[in-house]
Amino acid sequence: MILMTLIANAPNRSPKGSPNGSPKSSPKSSLKAWRQNNRRQQTITAIAIGSIFLLGIIVSPWFLGESGLTTVLTDRNQPPSWAHLFGTDWLGRDMLRRSLHGLSLSLRVGLLAASISAVIGTGLGLAAGTFGGWVDAVIIWIVDVFFSLPHLVLLILIAFAVGGGTQGVIIAVALTHWTSLARVIRAEVLQLSNADYVQLSRHLGKPSLWIARHHMVPHIVPQLLVGLILLFPHAILHEAALSFVGIGLSPHLPAIGIILAESMRHLSTGYWWLGVMPGVLLLISVKAFDWLGENVRSLLDPKTSQE
Amino acid sequence: MRIKALLIGATIFAAQKLLRLGLLLIAVAVFTFVLLSLSPIDPVKAYIGADMMQISPEQQALIAERWGLDQPIWSRFLDWLGQLLQGNMGTSLVFNQPVSQVIALRFQASLQMLAIAWFLSGLLGLGLGIIAGALQGRWIDRLIRLYAYTLASSPTFWVALLLLIVFAVSFKVAPICCAAPPGVLSGNVTFWQHLHHLLLPAVALSIIGIANITLHTRQKLIDVLHSDYVLFAQAQGESLWNIIRYHGFRNILLPAITLQFASLSELFGGSVLVEQVFAYPGLGEATVQAALRSDIPLLVGIVFFSALFVYTGNTLADLAYPLIDPRIQLGGQRSL
Repeated sequence: MILMTLIANAPNRSPKGSPNGSPKSSPKSSLKAWRQNNRRQQTITAIAIGSIFLLGIIVSPWFLGESGLTTVLTDRNQPPSWAHLFGTDWLGRDMLRRSLHGLSLSLRVGLLAASISAVIGTGLGLAAGTFGGWVDAVIIWIVDVFFSLPHLVLLILIAFAVGGGTQGVIIAVALTHWTSLARVIRAEVLQLSNADYVQLSRHLGKPSLWIARHHMVPHIVPQLLVGLILLFPHAILHEAALSFVGIGLSPHLPAIGIILAESMRHLSTGYWWLGVMPGVLLLISVKAFDWLGENVRSLLDPKTSQE
Repeated sequence: MRIKALLIGATIFAAQKLLRLGLLLIAVAVFTFVLLSLSPIDPVKAYIGADMMQISPEQQALIAERWGLDQPIWSRFLDWLGQLLQGNMGTSLVFNQPVSQVIALRFQASLQMLAIAWFLSGLLGLGLGIIAGALQGRWIDRLIRLYAYTLASSPTFWVALLLLIVFAVSFKVAPICCAAPPGVLSGNVTFWQHLHHLLLPAVALSIIGIANITLHTRQKLIDVLHSDYVLFAQAQGESLWNIIRYHGFRNILLPAITLQFASLSELFGGSVLVEQVFAYPGLGEATVQAALRSDIPLLVGIVFFSALFVYTGNTLADLAYPLIDPRIQLGGQRSL
C-alpha cells in the first residue's frame, strides 16, 4: 500500500521522461511558454483561417463567374499545369473552376441540410432532457431505430421516397443527421439539471426561466455550436455520396459528387486528374470543417477555454 | 448449479434479443410504409414506367384496384404486414424475380467482400492502434494518427476511385470492374479470377473501416498504460510489450470488438458506394438500382435486410463479451 502511494506520487509517471519537464532557461522552453500563453490567440487565428478558407470556397462562383467554364476544344484533357492547376476536362473546361463551382454548391446544400438537422436535434434533445418520462423514452427509441439502419441505406430510402433531386438530398440529409446531436444535448440537459449549482438555484427560489438562461444556456450553446460545425462535414460527404450514386442532385448541376461520377467514365483513359483533384479539394474542405469545429470547441468549452 | 444459471441467462438473453428484434422490425415496417405512402411517387406510374402512353386511365385504375390502392392506409398496411410475415416480400421490378431471391443472390456476392474487408480492417486497425498507443507521441504515432484522421474525413467513394486509378489503370494489376472477367459465364469463373476481382473492392472497403478502430484502440491503450496496475508492472520491471501482452490486450479487445461489430452498419453503407465504383454486382449495387429505377419492393426488402444485418452484428458483439471478459454474463447480470 505504501509502495503504491509512493509510486503514484512520484513526479515522473511515465518512464520515457516527463512531457512537462523541469523549467530550463533554454530558448526552446521560452518558445514553449510563449506558445502556451498564446494558445487562445492561436485558436482564434485557426478559426479565422478556417472560416475564411471555407467562406472563400462558398462565394468563389460569384467572383469567378462563368469564365473558364466554356468549351475550349483546343485545350481538351490537359494534365495539371500552371495555367490549369487541376487540368482540363474532355470539353476543355478548367477543372479548378468547375471544382470550385461544384464544391460551393455542395457546401451550400450540406450547410442548409445540416442546419435543419441541428434544429431538429436541438429541439428533440431539449424535449427529451427536460420533459423526461415517456417523451424521453419515445425520442430515445426513435434515435435507436435510426441507428439500426445503415446510414446510407436510410439516406437512399428517404431521398427516393420524397422524389429525389436537390430537395430529396436536403430532406434526406436533414432527417438523418440529428440523432447524435440530440443525444449530446439530452445528456447535457440531464447532467445540468442534476448539477449542484442548479439544484441550489432551485432551492433559492429562482424561476425556471432564470435558471435556464443563466445556468443552462451557457453550457448548451457551445455544445450546439460545435455539434453544428461537426455536422457539416458529415452532411457534405453524404450529399456528395448521394449525388455520386445518382440519387442526389441532378446531373446537370455541377455538384462535386456529379463531377466525381463523371470522372468515372474517363478513368480508364488515364485522365487521373479528373477524379483526383476535385476529391482532394473536397477532402481539404471537410478537414477544414473538422479543424474549425475542434478549435471552436476548445475556445468555447468552459473546461478548456481557460487554458 | 453454474450450468443452470448460465442456461437461464442465455434464455433471458435470447428472449430479450428476439423481443427487441421484433419491435425494431415493426418500427422499420411502419416507418418505411408511412414514408413511401406519403411520397409523391405514384406506384402505378412507377410500375408502368415508359409505357404510360399506351395504358388507358381505366386500366390504370384497374391496376390500382388490383393492388388495393383504393383501400385506407391502415388496411393496406395490415395486408402488407401479413404478406411480409408469410415471407412474401414481393417481386423485384428490375430483376423480375422474387425479392428474397434477389437479396439472397446479391448478398452472397457482397458477403465475401464484406467479410474480407471486415477482418482486414479489424486486424489492421487493432495493430495500428496498439502501435500508436504504445509509442504515444513518437513520429510513428503521429503518422498513424494523421493517416487515421485523414481517412476518417475522406469520402468513401473517392478512396475507392483512387485505388482504381492507381491499381487498375496505372499499374494494371487489378481488374477495372465487375465480379468476373468479361465474356466468361458465371459458372466458369475460377476461384483465382473471383478473388482477383474481389480483392480491390474489399481493400477499399477495409481502408475506410480502419480509422475508427485505430483511434479508439489507441486511446484505450493509452488509458490502460496510465493505470495503476500498469504502473505496478513497470515497477516490477516488466517490459512495454509484455505489459501490453498481459495487461493491455484483453482490456483493449472488448471495446475493439464492440466497435468492429457496430461498424457493420458503416460497412454496409460503404459497400453501396464501393460496389458502385467497382461495378461489383452485390447488394449495394442492387440498392442503388432499386432506388434509381423505382423498384419499391426490392428497396423495402433491402431496408429490412440491412436492419437485420446490423442487428445481427450487435447481437454477435453481445455474445462475444462473456468470452473475452468472464465478469460479464449473458442475460445482463454482471458478477464481480
